[in-house]
Amino acid sequence: MKSDPGFYDYWPYQNRPKIRWPDGKKMAFWVAPNIEFYELNPPANPYRKAWPQPSPATPGYSIRDYGNRVGHIRQMELLDKYGIRGSISLSTALCDHHPEIIQMCKERNWEFFSHGIYNTRYTYGMSEQQERDMIKDSMETIYKHTQQKCAGYLAPALSHSELTLDLFAEVGSELFGDQGGIYTCDLFHDDQPTPIKLRSNKKFVSIPYSLEMNDTIAFVVNKIEPRRYGQMLKRNFDRLYAEGDESGTIMCIPTHNYQVSCPHRMKAYEEALDYITSHDDIWVTTGREIADYFIENYYEDALADINQKARIA
Amino acid sequence: MTLEKNYFDYPHRSFGMDHQRYDWSMLSQRNPVQWPQGKKLAVWINVPLQFYPLDQKGVPFKVPGGMTMPYPDLRHFSLRDYGNRVGIFRFLKAFDKYNVAPTFAFNTKLADQNRYLLDCIKERNNEILCHGLHMDALHYGGQDLTEEADLVSQSVDRLRELSGQEINGWISPARNESENTPELLAKNGINYFCDWVNDDMPYQFNTKEGPLWAMPLSNELEDKFILLNNLHSEDSYVEQIIDACDFLLEEAKTQGGRILALNIHPWMLGQPHRISALEQVLEYVMAQDVWNVSSSEILGAFQKN
Repeated sequence: MKSDPGFYDYWPYQNRPKIRWPDGKKMAFWVAPNIEFYELNPPANPYRKAWPQPSPATPGYSIRDYGNRVGHIRQMELLDKYGIRGSISLSTALCDHHPEIIQMCKERNWEFFSHGIYNTRYTYGMSEQQERDMIKDSMETIYKHTQQKCAGYLAPALSHSELTLDLFAEVGSELFGDQGGIYTCDLFHDDQPTPIKLRSNKKFVSIPYSLEMNDTIAFVVNKIEPRRYGQMLKRNFDRLYAEGDESGTIMCIPTHNYQVSCPHRMKAYEEALDYITSHDDIWVTTGREIADYFIENYYEDALADINQKARIA
Repeated sequence: MTLEKNYFDYPHRSFGMDHQRYDWSMLSQRNPVQWPQGKKLAVWINVPLQFYPLDQKGVPFKVPGGMTMPYPDLRHFSLRDYGNRVGIFRFLKAFDKYNVAPTFAFNTKLADQNRYLLDCIKERNNEILCHGLHMDALHYGGQDLTEEADLVSQSVDRLRELSGQEINGWISPARNESENTPELLAKNGINYFCDWVNDDMPYQFNTKEGPLWAMPLSNELEDKFILLNNLHSEDSYVEQIIDACDFLLEEAKTQGGRILALNIHPWMLGQPHRISALEQVLEYVMAQDVWNVSSSEILGAFQKN
């Protein structure tokens, strides 16, 4: 085990090379709906239990199924209304289980990125080969069902190994060259993209995905009231929008249809989306587009700046 | 420790669910439902009447809301009992004031040992559901089949005797089940159960013993989930129910009838400092263009569509 994962050097949030998003926009905004499949009776993982009760864990399983049966379309209609294309963090087995949902997302040109195969299969305890195979399966599944070359990763149930980012980037290159495996949503250390150090030296970035704005973290872990969540989203936006004057920022809202699409939470969420998209100086986009644009235009400058500051430090 | 090969087997990775209990179906792709009198929103208000034993066994888990302290946990025992002595009578007054027709889900043991309360409820002629034997008599995966079969038949039969009602509906204690619960319920003449929170409308469950319907009774909108689990304020509880009611009314305009299902506990909202929150909710909801009836009536109307 390491005391620091070693993915990046310290890079203070001031005096960085100035970012401007396409059309000179000062802020990028993206929404990342997690579309997940949880199994009723998954094989046991020695490091993490899937459910608190012996199978069938009726309460936990059924509310997650609610997200696909009921919630998905609600959020999708809302994102349509505000001109937002989702960047889906996908349990890729869902391509087989619920192809209707995949079809709806394809029709809207939403992005699919890998969130593992099932959200009840944790990375803990996997050998390097096992994890590589799992990641490869997930990326191949996305390609087979959507013809998209998977660019991003969020580990299933945020369960990682020390090699997760390396393996994802390597499998991406193996399958799709520079177009696959270029960004991660697994790190929460910054409000701007960060070049990530990998053993392959591939150009690879961390894109801010925000654990704090994640509805499941907000509602289930932090137990926040729905209207307060809406207020937090607006405040998060206001500050990042203002700071974008100095250098381009990114706001992400990661969501789950079993949380934000419940009837008592939709109003506050819609108010926040309405507020955010009423501003002109934002680039409403997807995770992949942000990663592509950053790598194309700012990756080298960022790396030079990081290296220079690291030398001084 | 590395993982066994079977951790990478995906035997259910195919169309539909990963089990045979019900069919995969998106709510938005089903036919719109019409409620009687052209109403858009059916309102179902259910009151669990519960007995939490002091000598809780907690097998295989402690029921949420049950005893947490070393025996004898008098604080939680008596605070839950408060609901059946005091809180419920505040509820009944509120129901009368706002003309609400609720349903009551009895732990059979409570109905058996508290005849005064049972009679008060029976007099009102509202539907009674079976809520299992008591809150520590759990249904769970791996449970002995004979043990659970006895538990179900004992709970249902006795409540039928005591209540004089048919008893068509069921809510498991802790809303948890074994792999056999749906069969046992169907076998005992239960028509619908309310444990699965994966839908906003009724749907058909598959059992080897004949038809069984799943009725949607939101956990996310429960008083105890919002107030006790999430520690939200009473004001926020009211806001959340109002926001849900508004949202469902709006959705129903384009997608057919919807159901607002509120599960409310007398030991929670029946407290003096919380009862006004329930009154505000009832005042608001009942003033909308809603159809407030029992769960059996909602299911009956649904089946006529």
